[in-house]
Amino acid sequence: MRREGSAFQGLGVVTFKELSDHLTGTRMIVLEWLVVLMALGVVYTGIQQIREVSAEDPFLFLRLFTRAGEGLPSFVSVLSFLVPLVSIGIGFDLINSERNQRTLSRILAQPIYRDALLFGKFLAGLLTITIMLVALWLMVIGLGILTLGLPPGPEEVMRAVAMLFVTVVYAGVWLALALFFSIVFRSAATAALAALGLWLFLTILWPLIAPFLAALFVSDTVATPAELLSHLGVMQAFARVSPGALFGEIVGVLLDPTVRSTQQPLLASLGLALVQPGSVPGAPLPLLQSIEVVWPQIVGMIAGAIFLFVIGYVIFQRQEVRA
Amino acid sequence: MNADTVNADTVIEAKGLTKTYGHAVAVDHISFTVGRGEIFGLLGPNGAGKTTTILMLLGLTDISGGEVSVLGFNPAREPLSVKRRVGYMPDTVGFYDQMTAVDNLSYTARLIGFRKAEREKRIADALARVGLTDAAEKRVGTFSRGMRQRLGLAEILMKGAQVAILDEPTSGLDPHATAELLAIIRAFKSEGVTVLLSSHLLERVQSVCDRVALFSGGHIALMGTVPELGREVLGGGYVVDIEADGAGLAERLALIPGVSGVERTGIGKLRLQADRDVRSEAAAEVVAMQGRLKYLGVQEPSLDAIYTRYFESQIRQDIAAKEGARDAA
Repeated sequence: MRREGSAFQGLGVVTFKELSDHLTGTRMIVLEWLVVLMALGVVYTGIQQIREVSAEDPFLFLRLFTRAGEGLPSFVSVLSFLVPLVSIGIGFDLINSERNQRTLSRILAQPIYRDALLFGKFLAGLLTITIMLVALWLMVIGLGILTLGLPPGPEEVMRAVAMLFVTVVYAGVWLALALFFSIVFRSAATAALAALGLWLFLTILWPLIAPFLAALFVSDTVATPAELLSHLGVMQAFARVSPGALFGEIVGVLLDPTVRSTQQPLLASLGLALVQPGSVPGAPLPLLQSIEVVWPQIVGMIAGAIFLFVIGYVIFQRQEVRA
Repeated sequence: MNADTVNADTVIEAKGLTKTYGHAVAVDHISFTVGRGEIFGLLGPNGAGKTTTILMLLGLTDISGGEVSVLGFNPAREPLSVKRRVGYMPDTVGFYDQMTAVDNLSYTARLIGFRKAEREKRIADALARVGLTDAAEKRVGTFSRGMRQRLGLAEILMKGAQVAILDEPTSGLDPHATAELLAIIRAFKSEGVTVLLSSHLLERVQSVCDRVALFSGGHIALMGTVPELGREVLGGGYVVDIEADGAGLAERLALIPGVSGVERTGIGKLRLQADRDVRSEAAAEVVAMQGRLKYLGVQEPSLDAIYTRYFESQIRQDIAAKEGARDAA
C-alpha cells in the first residue's frame, strides 16, 4: 500500500520556520556567544604560542586550530566539547515542545506528512549550527591573517574546509541524538537531562573507562610491534564509542599532514615513531591521502548520525499524535 | 475509490470502524454517515472514543478495522487529499505562543501551499469573521482561551475547508465565549460546510447539532436528531407546563385527547404528560373556564435527560440480566 504524494511536501516551509525560530531565539544567542567567546579565546592564546615557536612551519595556519595555549585546550578540543552542547541545546525540545504547546496535531492535520516535520526540524537545526560554525571558522581565519600577517595556502584552506565539514557531521550526530530524546521523552527537561547526561558520560567518563575495558580483551605483555599495534587498535575501538573520540581522530589527521595513521599520536605519546615501509617519516601527506586515512571514521560518523535519526524517525512515525 | 463513485451528499462515511490498543478496544465497530452541510455531534463522556474516531477520520492514527471515507477519500491511503479539504481543531488547540496570530495562520497557510497574496487575503478575512482583527498582530501567548479557540476556527475558515472537525470546541470556555463560538459554528453550516464536533457537555452543543451520536465505551449507543432520541428514550412524551387558576382545571385538562397524566407541581401549576403538543387545546380549556393563563410552555427533550435515562435503563437491564442468569443457575 503506497501513500499518495511526496513525503517532503512542506519540508521547505517547516525548515524555513524552524530556522527563523532558531536564529531569532534567545537560546541560540546564548549558545553562540558561549562558543564564539571560548573558541576565539583559545585561538588567540594559541597564536601567541605559534608566533614564539614555529616560524618556519609550512602548515602554520593549521596550527591555529590545533595549537593550545599555556594550560588551555586547543580550538578543536573546544569544538569537540562545545558542539555537542550546542546541538543538544537546539535539539532537546524539537518534538516534545510541539506536543506540550499542543501544536503537533494541528500542524499534522495540514496536508503534510510527519516526515516533512521531522526532517525539516533536523535540517533547520543543522543549518543553524552550520551558520554558526562557518562564521566562527571565518573569524578564526581572519584572526590568523591579521595576527600572523600571512594568508593561508590553498592546501591549508582545503584542509580547514574538510575540518569544517567534519565538525558539521559531528554536530549532526549529537543533533540526531537530541532529536531522538525529544521524541522519546514527553518532558523537555527530561530529554535535556538525558542528552546532557549522555554527553557528560561520553566526553568525561568514557575516555577513563575505555582503556580498562580494552585491557580485558588484550594480553598484558606486548612483545612485538604488531602486538602493540593490535593492542592500540582495541583501545581505539573502545574509545570510538564516543563520537568525540572519532572527531578527534579525524581532525588530528586532517589538520596535520605529517600524521599518517590515527595511531601515530598514541605511539608518539609512548615515545615511539611509526615508520611505514617506503615512506619518509615526517614528510607531509597530500590532502586526499590524509582523507583516505580517516575515511572509515568519517563514514562511521555520518552513518552514526543517520542511524540515530532513523531510530527517532521510526519511533515518531509510530507514536500517537494525541497528548 | 474517488469522489465520483460516492453519493454526493455523503461527506463522511464510517463502516465498522474499530481501533484497538493492544487488547484494549478504544473504538468498537462504529458506523455512521454525515451528510453535506450537516452539523453532527459526537457526544459522550471522556474516554468514550470520540477523539480516537476523529483522529482516524483524519488519518492521524492507524485504523485497526473497518472502513472510512471522507469526501470520498480513504484517510489511511490518501491522507493529504483528506487533510487538504478538512479543517481540524484539536481539543485545547495550541498555537506558537511567541508568534502573532497572523504569523501562526501564515505558517499553516504556507504548509497548505497558498501563495502570498491569497494567503494575506484569506487570513485577514478569516480573522475578521471570528472577530480577531484587532488582535491580529498580538502574540498568541497573550490570548485568552476563548480567543485561541476562535483562532482555531479562523484557521479552518482560512483553509476554506469543506468539512470542519472540532474536538471539544467549547470545553473550558465561559458562557459568553461559548455562545460566540457556537454562533461561528452555526455560520459554518450556512456556508455549506459540514461540521463534525465532539463534546462531553451535552447541553451546550444540543442547540447547534442537527444530529448526534451518543458514545459510550467505544460504541455508538444512540444516534439521530435530538427529538428522535427523546421519543425513543424518554417514551415519546411531550411535557407541557401550565400555570393558570380555575377550579377543576386539572380534571378538564386530563380529558384532552392524548394527555396521559396531569401532575400538580405547585400552587396553580400543572404538568401534563402527552403524546403530542397539546398547548393549543390546553389554552382553549383555560379560556373556556374563564381562568387566567399565566404560563404555558412545552419542554424540549434535553440531551442530558436522554443520556441519563438511557444509561440508567442500560444499567437496570444489565442488573436484570445478571439476576436472570443467577436465577437460571
